[in-house]
Amino acid sequence: MNQRQSAHVFSSPAIDQVGVVERAKRFTARSIKNEAKMKGLEMVLSMIDLTTLEGMDTEGKVKQLCYKAQHLHDSIEGLPNVAAVCVYPNFVGLAKRVLAGSDIKVASVATAFPSGNSSLEIKLADVAMAVSEGADEIDMVISRGRFHHGDYNFVFDEIAAVKAACGSARLKTILETGELGSLDKVRLASDIAIAAGADFIKTSTGKIQPAATMPVTLVMLEAIRDHFQKTGLMVGMKPAGGISKAKLALHYLIMVKETLGNDWLDPKWFRFGASSLANDVLMQIAKQQTGAYQAANYFAVD
Amino acid sequence: MTNKNSNWDLSPAPESTGHISLNDHYGVFIDGEFRTPAHGNRFQSINPSTGELLAEITESSAEDVDQAVAAARKAFSGEWSKIGGRERGKYLYRLARMLQEKSREFAVIESLDGGKPIRESRDVDVPLAAAHLFYYAGWADKISYAFPNRNPKPVGVAGQIIPWNFPLLMAAWKIAPALATGNTVVLKPAETTSLTALKLAELIQEAGFPPGVVNIVTGHGDVGAAIVNHDDVDKVAFTGSTEVGKLIQKSIAGTNKRCTLELGGKAANIVFDDAAIDQAVEGIVNGIYFNQGHVCCAGSRLFVQESIHDELIAKLKHRMGTLIVGDPMDKNTDVGAINSREQLATIEHYIEVGKQEGAEFYQTDCELPQQGFWCRPTLFTDVAQSNRIAQEEIFGPVLAVQTFRTVAEVIKKANNTPYGLSAGVWTDKGSKIFNMTSQMKAGVVWANTYNLFDPASPFGGYKESGFGREGGLHGLSAYLEI
Repeated sequence: MNQRQSAHVFSSPAIDQVGVVERAKRFTARSIKNEAKMKGLEMVLSMIDLTTLEGMDTEGKVKQLCYKAQHLHDSIEGLPNVAAVCVYPNFVGLAKRVLAGSDIKVASVATAFPSGNSSLEIKLADVAMAVSEGADEIDMVISRGRFHHGDYNFVFDEIAAVKAACGSARLKTILETGELGSLDKVRLASDIAIAAGADFIKTSTGKIQPAATMPVTLVMLEAIRDHFQKTGLMVGMKPAGGISKAKLALHYLIMVKETLGNDWLDPKWFRFGASSLANDVLMQIAKQQTGAYQAANYFAVD
Repeated sequence: MTNKNSNWDLSPAPESTGHISLNDHYGVFIDGEFRTPAHGNRFQSINPSTGELLAEITESSAEDVDQAVAAARKAFSGEWSKIGGRERGKYLYRLARMLQEKSREFAVIESLDGGKPIRESRDVDVPLAAAHLFYYAGWADKISYAFPNRNPKPVGVAGQIIPWNFPLLMAAWKIAPALATGNTVVLKPAETTSLTALKLAELIQEAGFPPGVVNIVTGHGDVGAAIVNHDDVDKVAFTGSTEVGKLIQKSIAGTNKRCTLELGGKAANIVFDDAAIDQAVEGIVNGIYFNQGHVCCAGSRLFVQESIHDELIAKLKHRMGTLIVGDPMDKNTDVGAINSREQLATIEHYIEVGKQEGAEFYQTDCELPQQGFWCRPTLFTDVAQSNRIAQEEIFGPVLAVQTFRTVAEVIKKANNTPYGLSAGVWTDKGSKIFNMTSQMKAGVVWANTYNLFDPASPFGGYKESGFGREGGLHGLSAYLEI
């Protein structure tokens, strides 16, 4: 993936916030019914990064999460598994052992998550630890302070260094869009991350509000599209935080389909970072199959 | 399980039509009642997306027009001009609310009759029509504040002729300011799209308007001519083609009839190289493919700064590929049916002209339904100012793209048209917007958006796009002796 050039002058196209919001709203006017709905819901499940990122995470919690990842709702047959579980680096080894034999990836946040305020050495050591424990994917945060200071080359170099430290693990770069202040900055940060080698760009840590929104995600998808049109190289997208309803998730998929095309409708290229989305999707799938909504207590809360 | 790289296509999501009520045939609405004229002449109103018959509509005679004008005169001299602005406002508020309550039925009928996507009739036409009624209801008791120290008086009987592209919305645009200012009206909807105006007449009846305040006669062009030429009509308001607008001007010359005309357009939509390009693409699509391009203010001439031409056209083609063309009643349809066989023939003729002129032709490859009248979203690049497709109004989903180099050049080219209804400017630079908007000879100039309407904003043309303004404070003055 090192065919990308290190740009020394970053310039991104202008973004018109009003227009982006209008376009994003239009996706929510799509009516997703019957087979399209069922297929969409299963796709959503298969794209979830089931996440626990709490200070009070324990071995027990991570084990339970990994079990849920493989058994979303066994009373419905034929459901897909989620794409990955996402944990802190010290739980990567455990998650790998519990998930051994499944095709579920283990993703780990790293680089002094969630603030990213540390030295490059410590961030790289953080990444190295997660990778050595077997992480398939690394979710890094960019240095928002340096970004706001205008040190775009610093931000670029840091991402490139983390990418090198990832080895074969895929790198998701978290922009923390809730701290960037404008859609113009979201676009600029997306372009920098993509140019520096990110395999995925990701909206948020989940620790800052607002987290993922459709307008922010649209701007990032357009950055991915422009890069693809120029280079033919695909980059993945992961909105994270704030997507807890199946209907909203389906509207995100419509947005991906109409902005990037069907090729991106694949867990390899699109993920939802979410902890509570899966159960709402399961509830909708059960409703499609049985015609009735089941109580929330029928769905496991791990 | 999910298939990788699956084609995830939307399932049909048809809006139900079971809840609407349509008669087999409609009479004319005169003096507060539906009348079936003795001559019994009728024509058929069909669904342009299927060719199916929806209802039979009365072909009004000169005598019917006479009766309608007489009823309007009686109402004007009688109750309506005496009850005062506050009471008139109450009637309009009531009508606006009733329209909102029945918005679903109106949206469905509008899409069945005109071919426009249900998404548009539901989200644009009907809500905007209600918004116009609300807006002018608010003015009804404040007219003297709108024109201080002028003692404004209503004009009298207004003859109003509206087009087929926004049937209900145009009826609301015409009726709302006329009634708010104390006039009475005789309205003629277009022959292919009379149904929502007749349904509006039912609401007017139900709302208890005094008889004769609103009269609706249906039929073809000669019915319109009979209204225009009627001796007892004080004011003519017409929205439609420039050709007919000129005929109206000629026929009322020498009379003391007042007149406003909202006619054709060939709007320039101008994209500078510093524009937010993805949002500009969205605005281009909204400018020309909204309502199948049956929009007088459609952004049908696209001017792209040459340095971003290839990138923008690639993005535009990609976006066009995501437009869903087909059944207007499907909630996911973006582009519906062409309004009539005649209009489809006109559009196809211009597409041929464009090809013969040597412009580069592009259409999306979407499938079209077997029945009905359809045209794929169409793009011509490499167009020159001297091409007919860049000069004449096509009134369909056909975009003519030209390039430019400098601000001065694009202003000159954009204004180089007999029309002047609307224009669009796309740039990230505020100073450029102000420079452009002050130099464009167009009644409406949109900056970084397109086809955005609001009842408070005046709408109307320069040059052969007509004169007079509808909407806002300006819209009141057309119906007042000030």
